[in-house]
Amino acid sequence: MILPPVAAETAPHERAEAAAPMITFEGVSKRFGEGTEAFTALDGIDMTVNRGAITGIIGRSGAGKSTLIRLVNGLEKATSGQVVVDGTEVGGLNDAGLRGLRREVGMIFQHFNLLSSRTAFDNVALPLEIAGLDRKAIRAKVGPLLDLVGLGDKAMRYPSELSGGQKQRVGIARALATSPKLLLSDEATSALDPETTRSILALLKQINAELGLTVLLITHEMEVVKTIASHVAVIDKGRIVEQGPTFDVFTAPQHETTRILLSSTLGTSLPEWLRSGLKAEPAAGDRILVRLTFFGATAFQPLTARLVTEIGGDVNILAGAIEEIAGEPFGTLVVSYPATPEILDRANRFYAETGLSTEVLGYVA
Amino acid sequence: MSPEMLFGLLWKSLLQTLHMVAVSGLIGSLIGLPIGVFLATSGKGELFPAPKLNYAIGLIVNAARSTPFIILVVAIIPFTRLLTGTSIGTTAAIVPLTIATIPFFARLVEAAIREIDKGLIEAARAMGATPMQIVFKVLLAEARPAILLAFTMTIVSLIGYSAMVGAVGGGGLGDLGIRYGYQRFMPDVMLAVVIVLIVLVQLVQSAGDALARRFDKRNRKS
Repeated sequence: MILPPVAAETAPHERAEAAAPMITFEGVSKRFGEGTEAFTALDGIDMTVNRGAITGIIGRSGAGKSTLIRLVNGLEKATSGQVVVDGTEVGGLNDAGLRGLRREVGMIFQHFNLLSSRTAFDNVALPLEIAGLDRKAIRAKVGPLLDLVGLGDKAMRYPSELSGGQKQRVGIARALATSPKLLLSDEATSALDPETTRSILALLKQINAELGLTVLLITHEMEVVKTIASHVAVIDKGRIVEQGPTFDVFTAPQHETTRILLSSTLGTSLPEWLRSGLKAEPAAGDRILVRLTFFGATAFQPLTARLVTEIGGDVNILAGAIEEIAGEPFGTLVVSYPATPEILDRANRFYAETGLSTEVLGYVA
Repeated sequence: MSPEMLFGLLWKSLLQTLHMVAVSGLIGSLIGLPIGVFLATSGKGELFPAPKLNYAIGLIVNAARSTPFIILVVAIIPFTRLLTGTSIGTTAAIVPLTIATIPFFARLVEAAIREIDKGLIEAARAMGATPMQIVFKVLLAEARPAILLAFTMTIVSLIGYSAMVGAVGGGGLGDLGIRYGYQRFMPDVMLAVVIVLIVLVQLVQSAGDALARRFDKRNRKS
C-alpha cells in the first residue's frame, strides 16, 4: 500500500497559517453598565495583530486600551463584534476553553502582580502548577526561564527583596512559563524608571526575536512604541484613530491625537519662547519659521549644509532632534530665514529638488 | 484559702478554659474559614458570583455577631442539649463558644481576603486558573499572615467569652474568679485569675504574631 504524500499537502496550509494574523478584532464594541449608567469603552474596533511582530496600542488613560487588551484573553467579554486569536473566536469559548486559551497567552502587568508569599522561582512555577505539571517538570522549566530573564541568582528571593525591574523580569518569566504563542503587556514599563524601562524593552525585543513570540502591548508612552513596536495603533475615546507601521504613523501622523501624543516625545514641539512670538502672516522684515523633517533617503544626506549654501547663509537653527523610530533614523529641524520673495523661492526650489518634507510654522519678527 | 488549694483550683480552671477555647476555636475556625472565603468571593462579578446567597449569609453572620454572647448561651440550650446530651458543663459550653466563633472568624477572614490586591486574582485568571485554584493558590496563600492574626484574635476573644460560660456551669478561669473572688469575697483568688488570664492572652498573642511574621514575606529587605 502506498501512503499519500501527507507532508506535501500540509505544507502550503501551514504557510497560509503563518501569514494569518495572530489577533483580529472585527467591529468590536464594549459597553459597561446598563441604561443611563452605560459607558462605551470600545466602539467598533477593527484591527489586526501580525504574527511574530511587536504591536503597540497607544492612547491616553481612559481611552479604552486596558479593556481592549483584556478582550484578547477573555478577561473582558466584547458586547458585540469578534475577537479572533490564532483562529479561535474568544467570545465563543466556554470557561474551560478560555482557560485553555489563557495557557497559550502570557500576560504581564504594570504592577507586576507577583504573589508576595512566593519566591521568584515559585512565582514562575505558578502557571505550571495551575496547568497541572509535576514538580520535576516544573523545576526543569523554571530554571532556564529565570536565566533567560537574567535572574538565575535570584530564584529564592521574595518579590519584596527585588527591585521594580527585577519584579517585571519575574513577571515576564512567569508569562513565558507555559510557552505561549502570544504575550500581552499591560503598561509593563509604566511603573519603572527610564533606564529600567529600556532594559525591560530590550528584554521583550530579545524574547520576540529569539522565541518568535507575538507581542501586543498597550502603553501611554510613545517612547515605548517608538523603541520596540513595528506596528502601532492609536486609540482615542474607544476608537482606533490611526494604525499602521510605526515609522509611517510617527513620521506622518494623520490624526490630532497622534500629533499630541507625539509632540512630547519627538522634537516636534516648539520651545515656549518661539511659540509665543509666532505670527500667521508675515510683516516686512520678518523671518519665516520652517520645520524640516528628515527620514528615509533624506536622513543620510548633508542637506542642512546645502540649504545654508543655497539660501545664502542667513539660516538660523532654532530647535531639532534626531531619533530612531522602529529602528529607522528620523530627524526634525526648525529653522528660520528671511521671508523675502527671492529667498523663499530659492528655498522652495531646493525642497522640491531634494524631496525634503517641510512645514511652515509661521513668522517671527 | 491555702496556696495549695488556690493553685489546685487555678490549674483545674485553666485546663477547663484551655479545653473550651481550643476545641471551640479549632472547630469554629474550620467552619468559619470557608464561610469567610465565600463572603469575600461571592459578590457580583467576583469568583463565585452569588450575590443573593452572599447577602443572606451576611445577614445571618451579622445577626449572630450582634447577639450578646450570654444571651446566645441561654438561647441555644435546646440545640446544645441535642448535640451533647447535656446543657451544663464544659462540654456543653463548647457549643455556644463554637457558634460565636464561626461568624467572628468568618468576618475576619473575609476582611483578610478582601485586602489582597485584585491584580493578583486577575493575573491568576490570565494564567488559566480555575476559581478553586485561585482560592487555594492565591487567596489563602497570600492572606495566610492575616488569617493567622485573625485566628489569634479569635482565640483571645474566646478566652474572654469563656469567662461567661460559668452561667451554664462551664467552669474555667472566669467562673472561678466570679464564684470565689466575687461571690465569696476572696480578692486574692480574683487577682490570681486575672494574672493567669493576662499571661495566657499575652502568650497567645505573641505566638500568633511570631507565626504571622514568619509567613509574611511582604516587607523583607535584602
